[in-house]
Amino acid sequence: MDHPHEHCDHCRQHHELRVENVGVRYREVEALSNISLETSCGSCVALIGPNGAGKSTLLKAIAGLLPLATGQIFWRDTKVAKWSHEIAYLPQRENVDWNFPITVRGVIRMGRFPQAGWWKPFSKADESAIQHAIDLMNLGDLADRQISQLSGGQQQRVFLARALAQEAHVLLLDEPFTGLDRTTSANLSHTLRKISHEGRLIIASHHDMTTVRELYDEVLLLRKKQIAFGPVSEVFDESRLSETFGETIHGKEVA
Amino acid sequence: MIDWLLEPFEHSFNQRAILAALLIGITNGYASAFVVLRKSALKVGSLSHALLPGIAVAILIAGLHDWSAFLGSLFAALLIGLGSLAVARGSRLDQDSALAILYTAAFSGGIILLRRLNVTQEMESWLFGNIMGMTDKDLWTNFWISAGALGILTALHRPLLMTLFDAEVATTLGVPVRILNYLLMAVLIIVLISSLQAVGCILALGLLVTPAATIYLLTDSTEALFWGGALLGGLASTFAVLAGWWLDVEQGPAIVLTLGAVFLIAFLFSPKYGVIRKRRS
Repeated sequence: MDHPHEHCDHCRQHHELRVENVGVRYREVEALSNISLETSCGSCVALIGPNGAGKSTLLKAIAGLLPLATGQIFWRDTKVAKWSHEIAYLPQRENVDWNFPITVRGVIRMGRFPQAGWWKPFSKADESAIQHAIDLMNLGDLADRQISQLSGGQQQRVFLARALAQEAHVLLLDEPFTGLDRTTSANLSHTLRKISHEGRLIIASHHDMTTVRELYDEVLLLRKKQIAFGPVSEVFDESRLSETFGETIHGKEVA
Repeated sequence: MIDWLLEPFEHSFNQRAILAALLIGITNGYASAFVVLRKSALKVGSLSHALLPGIAVAILIAGLHDWSAFLGSLFAALLIGLGSLAVARGSRLDQDSALAILYTAAFSGGIILLRRLNVTQEMESWLFGNIMGMTDKDLWTNFWISAGALGILTALHRPLLMTLFDAEVATTLGVPVRILNYLLMAVLIIVLISSLQAVGCILALGLLVTPAATIYLLTDSTEALFWGGALLGGLASTFAVLAGWWLDVEQGPAIVLTLGAVFLIAFLFSPKYGVIRKRRS
């Protein structure tokens, strides 16, 4: 891994995300507690843990979708209170109704809502940001297709394009690789690396243990609580993994 | 033949009925796109039944006026809608179950009450509509409701669509999803009430679902769903009122039956999503 912040084109300083002692509750049930991490633009962070470990919950908390029971989240030294166009949330693909009558471009345009607002027609800047995102994600041929015609990898690229159109610095991805075949996964990895190298922070929940090392810079191991957080080379090892998953896996893919 | 065709246009009550059908059809047709995209037809159906007990209670308290029926039905639908939310939040039940319990109970109460209020004649109209009984004042009320509802829905088109497509992502983009959801429900209730006099509270649901549902089988375009729904709703309702006169059939049911027939045609013969086309390919 080369210097992660070198390409940060948003500004010349580090953009930092600080998660301090965060906990989330659903009614009486504790979903997440004591999560603390510090990372910044240019990094790819994997969230790893068994089903129900709170990966999605943490992503939603950072996106401002869930109230925090404890702790605080800071982005660029400002408390994340609600939403920010700088933080994009990319849901699991299966949570979206792909039969919704809308085109690829239509979905990507939604990313400009923070800039364009409720009524204003899209400005030139909006349109060019949208087109730029479409080009970057290689969606030119698909832009005017219905989203119902997309494959899994294309669906994921549409989400990424929306986040780019939004001019997000932080991309929170829930299970981006689930259901993709080998080639598509490899392409997506490449795209994610590229996006982060350009100076964005990628945080993704991840299941395939075999690809963690090549894909991510940092990893958060969690199981309702934080097991460990740090650079992949230091933290991602056999003993911590078995602590995270109990005795269920040994460096293999889990469903 | 020509006389027979033109006859409905001669009487003023018929002219009013035709205008009303056009207005109600367009508004309901446009709004039906939201119901279809939101997949909330059942919810809207429950709320439409909730209108009746509201009318009954309003008559009991304030007597029979236009405004008492309007306010009563509005209040009842809001009360039952919000009540079901409260029950769902406060218990293990989901909102649909809560809604079903509340509206059937209220509907039963409304029937019992109305039978004792000596308004049997009107009750029939509220249940199944009486578009021939429209006065000029009713027509104006309808006009303002339609204008208001269409105005709000088109103005909020962008954030509403985002909410319907993916509420969580919309939230992270700064769309006030919860407020818009309540607002949309409120507008749909008012649209339901506007069609109460034309087709009655039981059939109102058909007018507020079928148009866009039919267009949904014909096109992938979002815009077409809304304006196509409005066009189909307006045309089918107007045609049904005329046909009702020509064939001596009740206009309210004729409207919903016409829409149902168009839907069936689309379901079978839609070039893209029709059953027959799918069989062949």
